[in-house]
Amino acid sequence: MARSASPAPELVLPQPVPAPRTGLVAWGRSVLRGAPVFSLCFLTLAVACAICAPLLAPYDPIQTNRAQTLLPPALGTHLLGTDHLGRDILSRLIYGARISVTVGFLAVFVSGTVGTLIAVVSGVVRGWADTVLMRLTDAFLALPFLMVAVLVVSLLGPSLANVVLVIGLLRWMTYARTIRSEVLRLTEMDFVRLARAAGARRRRIIVQHILPNIVNTLLVLGTLEVGSAVITEASLSFLGLGVPRPLPSWGTMLAESQTYVFTAWWLPVFPGIAITLLVMASNLTGDWLRDRLDPTRRQL
Amino acid sequence: MPPDAQPANDAPLLAVRDLRTHVFTRRGVVKAVNGVSFQLRAGETLGLVGESGSGKTMTCLSILRLLPRGARIVSGEIWLQGTNLVAASEATVERVRGKQIGMVLQNALAALDPVFTIGTQVGEPLVMHQHMSWRAALRRVVELLRMVKVIAPELRVHSYPHELSGGMRQRVSSAAAIGCAPALLIADEPTTALDVTTQRQYLDLLMELQQATGMAIMFVTHDISLVGNTCDQLAVFYGGMLVEYGPRQQVLSQPSHPYTAALLQSIPQLGEPRDRLPSIAGEPPDLGRLPPGCPFHLRCDAALDVCRIGEPPPVFTLAQGRQVRCWLREQDHDRSAAGSL
Repeated sequence: MARSASPAPELVLPQPVPAPRTGLVAWGRSVLRGAPVFSLCFLTLAVACAICAPLLAPYDPIQTNRAQTLLPPALGTHLLGTDHLGRDILSRLIYGARISVTVGFLAVFVSGTVGTLIAVVSGVVRGWADTVLMRLTDAFLALPFLMVAVLVVSLLGPSLANVVLVIGLLRWMTYARTIRSEVLRLTEMDFVRLARAAGARRRRIIVQHILPNIVNTLLVLGTLEVGSAVITEASLSFLGLGVPRPLPSWGTMLAESQTYVFTAWWLPVFPGIAITLLVMASNLTGDWLRDRLDPTRRQL
Repeated sequence: MPPDAQPANDAPLLAVRDLRTHVFTRRGVVKAVNGVSFQLRAGETLGLVGESGSGKTMTCLSILRLLPRGARIVSGEIWLQGTNLVAASEATVERVRGKQIGMVLQNALAALDPVFTIGTQVGEPLVMHQHMSWRAALRRVVELLRMVKVIAPELRVHSYPHELSGGMRQRVSSAAAIGCAPALLIADEPTTALDVTTQRQYLDLLMELQQATGMAIMFVTHDISLVGNTCDQLAVFYGGMLVEYGPRQQVLSQPSHPYTAALLQSIPQLGEPRDRLPSIAGEPPDLGRLPPGCPFHLRCDAALDVCRIGEPPPVFTLAQGRQVRCWLREQDHDRSAAGSL
């Protein structure tokens, strides 16, 4: 309407977005945007169980009770029922979180660290180091995992630390392979060449450019591997080579329940659900973390 | 000849003398840079023109001593502000990179690390080389972004590379390159990924930055028409050799090497109806198996017998400091001027 009177349109600069309310609540909200609420809750719960098991568990997880074997789940007494020795399943699940969560995350930490180290050395140094390390990776890939794990655990004796080490040190090949190819791609990128042209040394390039750019891959792989570590621990426990009994782990509970699958369904089902949920929660959380950490996806 | 042989005020910023960089592969030696000499004064622009694989980029990488695996400087000297970079220690070269020499590459998206903000990336060399605090560095980054004409630099320092357009990214990577006020900027085909209008703007920007900072620019391109009115000196590469070198206007108006002439012929001219654009017959030579004699003789219309045998033609120095590697110019060789480079 006032077209004739309006001055020539000026260049409109994007105005700074007014800073949103600062404060803990707003910060928390922005951090948690798009978070998989259920997965985070479950992970928190699992970690809380692992830490405060004695406070949370209604019964002693290893106290047997001949009078109350194989009780079905019931409100009031044993919420998730009891097993063949009369032990409370809920309490065993809560204590079992200690071992399953610890093994899951520690084993991934060990294998992720070893794998990344090998990948970065081999991708950055190249040459003979690359050849040697990649052939080593091939050799490890060719090992029958369970056989070696069984051999090592039976030689060293079953314990939490040994289980973590065995899973960690026999599962780094996926990381090494995947991340090496990522590192190779990155070292050919112009920003790495320019960093060198700007006088950056090898170590600086690794810390400054390579590592931040492989975090995403590492996260995706790691969260998938948490699941497989929990399951591997379950298989070792199943073979009696996991964490020594009577300490419960979810895998041990599953293993012990095999005789009762058809008579007492609650024995395998609850630890099964717990394992599934942990694996799922870690995957979904990993997905979300990746999106949060990747600036090109952050705003989506 | 040592650099101090020249008068101090006239001393070139960069002097490359008979540089030979070879790549050693399993199939033999590739003579990527085969006896290249040129010099560059402060505030001057040198255009390096040539086809892919003619040795332009390898020459630049040799100056930075950032050669790919298997490549080695076999002989020659590279004098930058009184230091021979060929003989210098790795520590010296590391100080020179980024501080005295800045670099801009072709693909501006790949030139920026996707996981860091513009401010972090442009500021990092400042913190690293000039020991600035991050706060001061970020202030300087805003100034630099303003210099390269990024709109709203205060906001852009917090942006990630993917949030910028191609032209903008190229400006940002130039800002990173000139951050430490280098004496020499190597721009390796910086406009190839930009569209034509953005190319023009970017070239103008480079020239403005040069005016403001007094730095010398080495501008690598395969598009001779692009450097037509920006460079002071032109260096035409062919087969790893500098086949023609001289002031831009002379080279463009009276090319003395048949290859330069053919290159200029193949630029389309506006308003000049033509059925077919002349092109240079044949293919660029395989640097691993160079023909005897002049590397261009197979595609040259004027090739003489002497061009087909023995060593490549030597450098003939013509009037006005021009140099050409072509037997056809032997009679114009100016013996008194020879050896000044």
